[in-house]
Amino acid sequence: MATVKSEQMDLLRFATAGSVDDGKSTLIGRLLLDSKSIFEDQLEAVEATSQSKGYDYTDLALLTDGLRSEREQGITIDVAYRYFATPTRKFIIADTPGHVQYTRNMVTGASTADLGLVLVDARQGLTEQSRRHAVILSLLRVPHLVLAVNKMDLVNFSEEVYEKIHAEFAAFATKLNIPDLEVIPISALQGDNVVNRSENMPWYSGPTLMHHLEHVHVASDRDLVDVRFPVQYVVRPKSDEHHDYRGYGGMVAGGVLKPGDEVVVLPSGMTSKIAAIDLFDREITEAFPPMSVTVRLEDDVDVSRGDMIARVRNAPKPSQDIDAMICWMTNEPLRPRQKLAIKHTTRSARALVKDIQYRLDVNTLHRDQETKELGVNEIGRVQLRTTVPLLCDPYSKNRTTGSFILIDEATGVTVGAGMINSGS
Amino acid sequence: MTQTHTDYRLSQLDQLEAESIHIFREVAAEFEKPVLMFSGGKDSIVMMRLAEKAFYPAKIPFPVLQVDTGYDFPEVLSTRDNWVNRLGVRLIVASVEDAIRDGIVIDDGKTSRNRLQIGTLLNALEEGGFTAAFGGGRRDEEKARAKERVYSHRDEFGQWDPKMQRPELWSLYNGRLHEGEHMRIFPISNWTELDIWDYIGREGIEIPTIYFSHQRRVFKRDGMLLSESEHNPLRSGETVEERTIRFRTVGDLTLTGCVESTASTIDEIIDEVAVARVTERGATRGDDRFSEAAMEDRKKEGYF
Ligand SMILES: Nc1nc2c(ncn2[C@@H]2O[C@H](COP(=O)(O)OP(=O)(O)OP(=O)(O)O)[C@@H](O)[C@H]2O)c(=O)[nH]1
Ligand SMILES: [Mg+2]
Repeated sequence: MATVKSEQMDLLRFATAGSVDDGKSTLIGRLLLDSKSIFEDQLEAVEATSQSKGYDYTDLALLTDGLRSEREQGITIDVAYRYFATPTRKFIIADTPGHVQYTRNMVTGASTADLGLVLVDARQGLTEQSRRHAVILSLLRVPHLVLAVNKMDLVNFSEEVYEKIHAEFAAFATKLNIPDLEVIPISALQGDNVVNRSENMPWYSGPTLMHHLEHVHVASDRDLVDVRFPVQYVVRPKSDEHHDYRGYGGMVAGGVLKPGDEVVVLPSGMTSKIAAIDLFDREITEAFPPMSVTVRLEDDVDVSRGDMIARVRNAPKPSQDIDAMICWMTNEPLRPRQKLAIKHTTRSARALVKDIQYRLDVNTLHRDQETKELGVNEIGRVQLRTTVPLLCDPYSKNRTTGSFILIDEATGVTVGAGMINSGS
Repeated sequence: MTQTHTDYRLSQLDQLEAESIHIFREVAAEFEKPVLMFSGGKDSIVMMRLAEKAFYPAKIPFPVLQVDTGYDFPEVLSTRDNWVNRLGVRLIVASVEDAIRDGIVIDDGKTSRNRLQIGTLLNALEEGGFTAAFGGGRRDEEKARAKERVYSHRDEFGQWDPKMQRPELWSLYNGRLHEGEHMRIFPISNWTELDIWDYIGREGIEIPTIYFSHQRRVFKRDGMLLSESEHNPLRSGETVEERTIRFRTVGDLTLTGCVESTASTIDEIIDEVAVARVTERGATRGDDRFSEAAMEDRKKEGYF
């Protein structure tokens, strides 16, 4: 296991996706097992459960299916987070459910991912659910995608089957926004091409899954140009020692901030200069995503939670009319005129649904403009009007300032995920 | 001033720290009455450190709550006091003994102190009117924890419903509550045991001495090495001997086992953890060994 201290490692977050029973949890179990990240007591527990259930193999999915009802039903219901590390990289895995009923949990796991790992069962090829998940990953702008053609052991490790699915997916993917795609034939159950190269598929010359995960380049996926600093918390010690201290705590959402920079505070539009940037008890010379820092300004301008610090000539335009793609996550459909609570960066407001422009058919990518509502697990383009202006960017430019959640005001439940096309 | 990051890369440990600080600030900004559940163990000490950083140079803007089982290691209590005094935060102690005396929980002689903590904790949260309680749970600890959100919603009875968790997207946390409900917040969800140790080493912060190798009089029970103590009466056939050990987790001393170890520095502990073949809970926690779903069941009832 880890020989380099975790202090020097970088981080890759990835999420599984695909239809129910395509082998996502089994694959994660295999990845953990073959990378020697499973502890003896964990493996023993899983072996014992597999045996008592009468299986003739060890059900590796039990390593991640941690809830009682998941083990009873043999499916994943909610995201499981698992961790492992190789000498240079730490991985945070979100193993998500394939069942359509739990799509919201898949979206939860995928929203923070750098890489999406879509599985298909080689016997079945692409299904509606694998397409839906690929569409969601592309809407979420997960920058890297791997299609793992699984259960190759059940199709005699046939190159032809692999090529057919590869071609079918590639054709579908051209209609999506997928900047980086890798297609790998595997057997999660037997381990082919997961960590160890398969001897059953000499025709495949690409990387194993593990090799790809270790080497995929993620550092360049952040925006280091457009300064975006949503103010999260005003730090005011009110102690004798730090009597006049006033700092703005937050996580850098974009760009590089430096002391001396001329900045604008939105929505007020007041300008000032960065006096200092604090990271705990040190002053630092630069802050960039995703650092959590405290920014001090030279002037005593009025700044509070929900405001945003940006550059004078590069700032988002405050807007109350929001055009966004929405993934709807509750049984009661989304309808025009509906009012919801909205949370965007550190800003909370209310939103009115003005119009549902279309519903996206996840199979054909056809835009159904006749639709009057969005049902559970459906995706569509929606116009919102908010009670206060949002300081937003298109999601394609910034995943932090371009995203929001919708909350049902009566139940308090998160019911929608939004990705902004534009504000005006 | 520190060096400039020419390539603008943040190590994974710095990314974890940034994420946790973000969570602390978000809760402090959005909840009326947060509280930090502090056990004195390494995870809650790392939480304290992160909270310290999140609000510096201001004080941590919420109190600290400890559930005292009456069976805690004295070394842990003294570390707790040092932390609380240094940071100048208010400490609330909820005592299981008191809860038994007041009839809030019932000690039938069979239920472990660990389980009696649940009622004691829920009562303390209710009495204090706390709407958000930070916990040091990590997802790598146990398979039910691996499923839990950072903001984990609890109903009026303090219960967790694993099949009805709210979606949790990006870093947009939803803290909406109804009267009587509260939120458990897990700011170090994504840290592993190794990350915790690397961080403690890097920050040079105080942890209880029982984490380091020392001589202790111990005896074997259910395959675990337990500390000799007045709270741990020997059963027939059990014999005490002195061994060189350390603790991997700290909790109720009647249930928390130790491991034989000569690791006496953070670096030696890190080397040991990096090659460990058994999970920290599997090795040393009696409370998780009873059934496959022991943790899930306790969590549903309102455990940490
Ligand atoms: N023969 C064979 N069986 C496999 C392979 N991968 C998974 N399976 C089996 O397929 C079944 C479903 O696997 P899971 O890993 O639970 O599937 P999943 O994609 O996680 O399912 P959900 O999470 O419920 O969507 C199990 O019986 C696995 O043993 C494989 O490569 N070959
Ligand atoms: Mg699964």
